[in-house]
Amino acid sequence: MNYEAVIGLEVHVQLATASKMFTRVAAGYGEPANTLTDPVVLALPGALPVLNKAALDQIIKAGLILGCSIAPVCKWDRKNYFYPDSPKNYQLSQYDQPICLGGAVEIELPGPARNVLGEHKKIPLTRIHLEEDVGKLTHGAQDTLVDYNRAGTPLMEIVSEPALASAEEAYAFLTSLRLALVHGGISDCDMEKGQMRCDANISIRPVGTTRLGTKVELKNLNSISFVRDGIAHEIRRQLAVAAAGGTITQETRDYDGQTGTSQSLRSKEMAHDYRYFPDPDLMPVRVDEAWLAALRATIPEHHFDRQRRFMADYQLPYTITSVLVPDRDLADYFEAAARLGAAPQAAANWIANDLRRELAAAKLPLAASKLHPAHIAGLVSLVESGVISSSIAKEVFVTMFQSGEPPAAIVDRLGLRQSTDTGELEKWVSAAIAADPKAVAEFKAGNEKALNPIKGAVMKASAGKANPQRVDELARKLIG
Amino acid sequence: MADEIIHQPAARLAALLAAGKLSSLKLVQACFARTRAVDDRVQAFNSCDEAAALAAAQASDARRAAGQARGPLDGIPVGLKDVIAVEGQPLTCSSRMLANFVSPYDATVTQKLKAAGAIPLGRLNMDEFAMGSSTENSAFRPTANPWDLTRVPGGSSGGSAAAVAAGELPLTLGSDTGGSIRQPAALCGIVGLKPTYGLVSRYGLAAYASSLDQIGPLARTVEDAALLLGVIAGHDPRDSTSFQAEVPDYRAGLAARKGPWRLGVPKEFFGAGLDPEVSAAVKRALEFYRQQGCEIREVSLPLAAEYAIATYYLIATAEASSNLARYDGIRYGHRSAAAKDAIDIYTRSRAEGFGPEVKRRIILGTHVLSSGYYDAYYLRAQKVRTLIRNEFAAVLRDCDALLSPTSPVPAFKLGEKSADPLAMYLTDIYTISVNLAGLPGISIPCGFTGGGLPIGLQLIGRPFDEAGLLAIAHAYEQAHEWQHKHPAL
Repeated sequence: MNYEAVIGLEVHVQLATASKMFTRVAAGYGEPANTLTDPVVLALPGALPVLNKAALDQIIKAGLILGCSIAPVCKWDRKNYFYPDSPKNYQLSQYDQPICLGGAVEIELPGPARNVLGEHKKIPLTRIHLEEDVGKLTHGAQDTLVDYNRAGTPLMEIVSEPALASAEEAYAFLTSLRLALVHGGISDCDMEKGQMRCDANISIRPVGTTRLGTKVELKNLNSISFVRDGIAHEIRRQLAVAAAGGTITQETRDYDGQTGTSQSLRSKEMAHDYRYFPDPDLMPVRVDEAWLAALRATIPEHHFDRQRRFMADYQLPYTITSVLVPDRDLADYFEAAARLGAAPQAAANWIANDLRRELAAAKLPLAASKLHPAHIAGLVSLVESGVISSSIAKEVFVTMFQSGEPPAAIVDRLGLRQSTDTGELEKWVSAAIAADPKAVAEFKAGNEKALNPIKGAVMKASAGKANPQRVDELARKLIG
Repeated sequence: MADEIIHQPAARLAALLAAGKLSSLKLVQACFARTRAVDDRVQAFNSCDEAAALAAAQASDARRAAGQARGPLDGIPVGLKDVIAVEGQPLTCSSRMLANFVSPYDATVTQKLKAAGAIPLGRLNMDEFAMGSSTENSAFRPTANPWDLTRVPGGSSGGSAAAVAAGELPLTLGSDTGGSIRQPAALCGIVGLKPTYGLVSRYGLAAYASSLDQIGPLARTVEDAALLLGVIAGHDPRDSTSFQAEVPDYRAGLAARKGPWRLGVPKEFFGAGLDPEVSAAVKRALEFYRQQGCEIREVSLPLAAEYAIATYYLIATAEASSNLARYDGIRYGHRSAAAKDAIDIYTRSRAEGFGPEVKRRIILGTHVLSSGYYDAYYLRAQKVRTLIRNEFAAVLRDCDALLSPTSPVPAFKLGEKSADPLAMYLTDIYTISVNLAGLPGISIPCGFTGGGLPIGLQLIGRPFDEAGLLAIAHAYEQAHEWQHKHPAL
């Protein structure tokens, strides 16, 4: 029997806010243990939560980016369970009325080749809700230490429909989701810092059937690659169980990305009763159209829409857009250069290749670059108008990257202007013809390529300043 | 001097302070002396930081000498129920769980008291985590009724009520979730006001039932309650359930708001279980108002009468089961010495740290919220609560206030009801629906039984109309002498 996999993802993403979700204490990472606390975070007697509006703004923005419908009223529920990382022993969350419903994540699957656009699909979302993050436990040999710095950080849970069919699709889902959220300023989505965490629900069923099989929840998938590898591993495991005539048991499994193995954490029988009820300490929040409109105005263009626009409007090749678009700053930089009048394809090439190479070599972020879009536009225009050659332009680029000097000034200062002085050109071309009678003879015999060494000699004699087009014309004329 | 001070209303003490005839230091010392003389019998105090109170009194006197007194309560000691946070002071909730806990922060009401120059003085005994009606559920010791030391002071704010009645403190704060200010005020012969839900910030009040809890004043006179309410009321950005209401001058409103009023008398609040002497006293109060020209009309609150107690014990215990989950022995509070792992810390620390009534309510509330029972219990109770609120709203459309007994019985004997939780719960039968409806309610003295026990009259007002409620209560008080009687201790 042939089986297919059905995968649903639950993604937790910390929202980028200055302070925690229900108190003024700063939200942060890497601070000394238990310094980002106060009576509310520590759940001291009498402490009460007050909603940080920025957290709600952020999740609504995320919902708008992903095309969710936004609930008109945002309410809070208590999820009751005892665990030492949860100071109140209940978590403020949203149970039956999540703030975002529906929506989808557009994904791109790998194309037939690296430089070919792959298939696009929309993976529907069930819901997105807001909750508070918990603290962090560190287990030692004798005891366990708890750090509440993370506790109370706003955390959204994005739940997809069971609509993913492969590990590759899950990988593409997370890659695209991450880009959308990073571009929207919703989160940095740094999985190493725990800002984005993913659990996967995986089942298999005979091809052609629609009923979902018994699902296994895979936890601790702490990088996008581990998500892909873990899911692929779990699908293989389930297929092997099925092939051996066994049945899949509903359970939660822990995937170890280092060893590529998983082990059972707990079975379904131990499921919790969280005793959800509306939090009496918080009031429901009404989300009106004006609020939504204000947030909608801050949302950037979706990365896939932008990529399609780059290919259509600027005629950029797919490969260049896949370099520019994922880096929002780089894509903005390109568009700024294009707005300054630079020929788009040339500007895109400079940015995607030369600029990125120089930044990487200098270990600089784009924001720290002395080279601005105006430099790129200037350089492209110097080449287009024939003032300098492409090879000279490469030198000018490196110089201006280091100094920030405008390209025209560099060209003037170093005397790099392409020579269009016919007398000077004739002198160089004549000398080159005289120096290489063999090439001249071959060219006359019909070998077009024989002209190359002559042109090369001219370029060398002129230190690159000779206009290649004019040299070609002159050489033909003088030989002919 | 001390005898002249100990039973004086706060407003009178404020006048003496303002006139330079009394210093805050002397006043505080008089409170200490009275407490030393009587509290081994009354047992209203859990603890008292005398040094802090003396320093605050001296600071108040210095302000006044410099012409910078902050208002009528500057220099007046105010006792706090041991459930309201004061920075650097114990916050025990009369529980073994928090027996050694010291609050690192001030409740909003504490900050407001300090800002007004009032002196937080003493941590007052209560039923553990405010669960009870007699203060016998204190994990430390019961408080006695100053009028009869063999009887309870009521609860859960029993220490706050007894301290005022016994002359130990002129003013105290309590908290009221189902009657916990009004019922002990009635049983101790003083004034107790539960404000409208949302008028006073709950920030820094260790929560019992978040949707019902309110902090309020206990005082010797209606005027004193008005003064203290004026200090603690007002919107607090740290409490999301705090209302954006204007805080009027409640004292000025006492004389300004004049009758005659239309008063409703819920007929169901005079039924079976009501002590005849209590009933007679309340009816005499009703006659007084009638003679003053008030329109007295019988009204009916059938749902409140029938379902308030059941509704309350579903909602309050559900919220409590979650609110008290934080007391787990992990971060603070009692941790069992015998605990071996995290689960063990929870179960042993909570088994050792909580008393039987607290455990009973946590178990009940946990059950109420359980999967499969939520709809039948919690959700239905919330719907009934809405009906009860609507019922009150309808009646209050045509009445300025409702009038009833505060407690169906006067102070009962220590131990009399402690073995019978249901009998204890019924002592809140007239107060509990007021919390469910979120309304303001005040208890004022309206007489004594033949045995010399105080009787309380409850007045229930419109939401955020404390000014009107206080004026109605004040009119009765001015025409009577009950507040001038004091227990012989």
